Amino acid sequence: MSLIVEARHRLGDFSLNAAFTSDGGVTALFGRSGSGKTSLVRIIAGLTRPKEGRVQLGDAVLVDTSRRLFVPPHRRRFGYVFQEARLFPHLTVRQNLDYGRWFSPKSARTENPGRIVDLLGIGDLLGRQPANLSGGEKQRVAIGRALLASPRLLLMDEPLAALDEERKAEILPYLERLRDEVGIPIVYVSHSVAEVARLADKVVLMAGGRIEAIGPASDVLGGPRLTSAMERREAGSVLTGRVETRDAAHGLATIRLDGGAAILVPGATVSPGETVRVRIPARDVMVATVRPEGLSALNILEGMVEAIEPDGEGMASLRIACGGDHVRARITALSVERLGLVLGLAVHAVIKTVALE
Amino acid sequence: MDWLALSDEEWTAIRLSLKVSTVAVLVSLPLGILVALALARGRFWGKSLLNGIVHMPLILPPVVTGFLLLVLFGRRGAIGSLLDEWFGIVLSFRWTGAALACGVMGFPLMVRSIRLSIEAVDRKLEEAAGTLGASPLWVFLTVTLPLILPGVIAGMILAFAKAMGEFGATITFVSNIPGETQTLSAAIYTFTQVPGGDAGAMRLTLVAIAISMAALLASEVLAQRIGRKVHLE
Repeated sequence: MSLIVEARHRLGDFSLNAAFTSDGGVTALFGRSGSGKTSLVRIIAGLTRPKEGRVQLGDAVLVDTSRRLFVPPHRRRFGYVFQEARLFPHLTVRQNLDYGRWFSPKSARTENPGRIVDLLGIGDLLGRQPANLSGGEKQRVAIGRALLASPRLLLMDEPLAALDEERKAEILPYLERLRDEVGIPIVYVSHSVAEVARLADKVVLMAGGRIEAIGPASDVLGGPRLTSAMERREAGSVLTGRVETRDAAHGLATIRLDGGAAILVPGATVSPGETVRVRIPARDVMVATVRPEGLSALNILEGMVEAIEPDGEGMASLRIACGGDHVRARITALSVERLGLVLGLAVHAVIKTVALE
Repeated sequence: MDWLALSDEEWTAIRLSLKVSTVAVLVSLPLGILVALALARGRFWGKSLLNGIVHMPLILPPVVTGFLLLVLFGRRGAIGSLLDEWFGIVLSFRWTGAALACGVMGFPLMVRSIRLSIEAVDRKLEEAAGTLGASPLWVFLTVTLPLILPGVIAGMILAFAKAMGEFGATITFVSNIPGETQTLSAAIYTFTQVPGGDAGAMRLTLVAIAISMAALLASEVLAQRIGRKVHLE
């Protein structure tokens, strides 16, 4: 089911002018705070009425200002997970979870609510009051509550931003299972490269109320379009592959990337045959014109320089084609000059770290 | 201890006061919630005017309020004559008139308490309820109302206490007819006006103190029981 969003809106000095479409899967709205991500997602939910715009999911038109059409939020059946859990304090966890079910049409109700409860690991919390839950538990209940309302679309507005690293790590696996097991389109708002890389199929990069880039996660997160210095530092490649073997003695897994190259990933608890995503931060990739020897790095991929994009601040982003995959490297402009890097040159990408997502 | 035994007329005054106050509070409650909602959430022309009118009985001398009620709701009054003509309802010199006077006097206290609790409600919760499919009316019934319940109860108790103690507006509007409009306060006043009435005034005073304390305790217990559920977040 495809989602079409077009919106022009004004909030004081801030103006929003954005349009994108999504054909299912996880679409990430990505950008710095203040870039208009939340405004856009509130327009999709119907919590903000845009000055001009259009929101359509499949055949259902929810907003069309040219026809003065506006469906209020409670008739949209769009689930919304907020940054704060927003659980109802006067209801138990079970009643919170059931809240949306009371209002969803009988024909659309999830037949097996237990599955969602299990998926989120909140079965033991049902009798508790929201006030007695930890931040991570609250957020999982909030996600469950949104899902049990049987939404046609799930909107998640930085659901992990209010949590510490430990809680984030606790919830991310649940979100991945959600993506893989619940077949509804998800719009995921975030300013974290790591989260987006791990979850998103498609990334909509926003800045200053406008859309800077739209594309597959690996392309947009690749580098040059990321605008802020912080985002650029975090830029990298997102690659998918299949676990080939696992060396328990050394705690290493061999992953055969879709493009053909194999890489070794440490500390991974994966089993052979599993499809995984890996993220290689561009700043952790070195470039050598000859095959380096006597190096601690395990992964050295042969490739060809496909693009060199200087950022004007002394650094350059390189795209290196390694078989069918592209690896991003972030090196100094001086290094580009000294090594004589030009398009088409055969190089070795020395990968210092690989994060399994 | 004989002097503590209440006479029939005294019992009548106590029962009447309880009836008048209870009816005053229950009838004004829905209107009180609506006005509190309008004042807390609404943005409309004349909001300050509405606020002023609601608070008027708090500032005006009770006798003035009573006289205004007489002018408006008396048999020949602008509203009273219509009520009589269309519905056959007569308020002046009836216990229902006493309930109206008590309701009007307690109204600002009730509205104030409910309004404050509405303003304290986190509107983000209502937004969340909307995205879960609840229409604005359901959001109010399932989220807003439970959350403001402590404030509503506090407002009811305040209005009830005010109604029990109301004297000036009531006696001006509906006079002091034993068995019909003679409330507890009016009965105490009557006792003080006759020689040897001190014992009767004292008996009713003790009853008034007992009722006020009971109402206060009941509100504490209720607010605590509900508050335990609501204020943990």
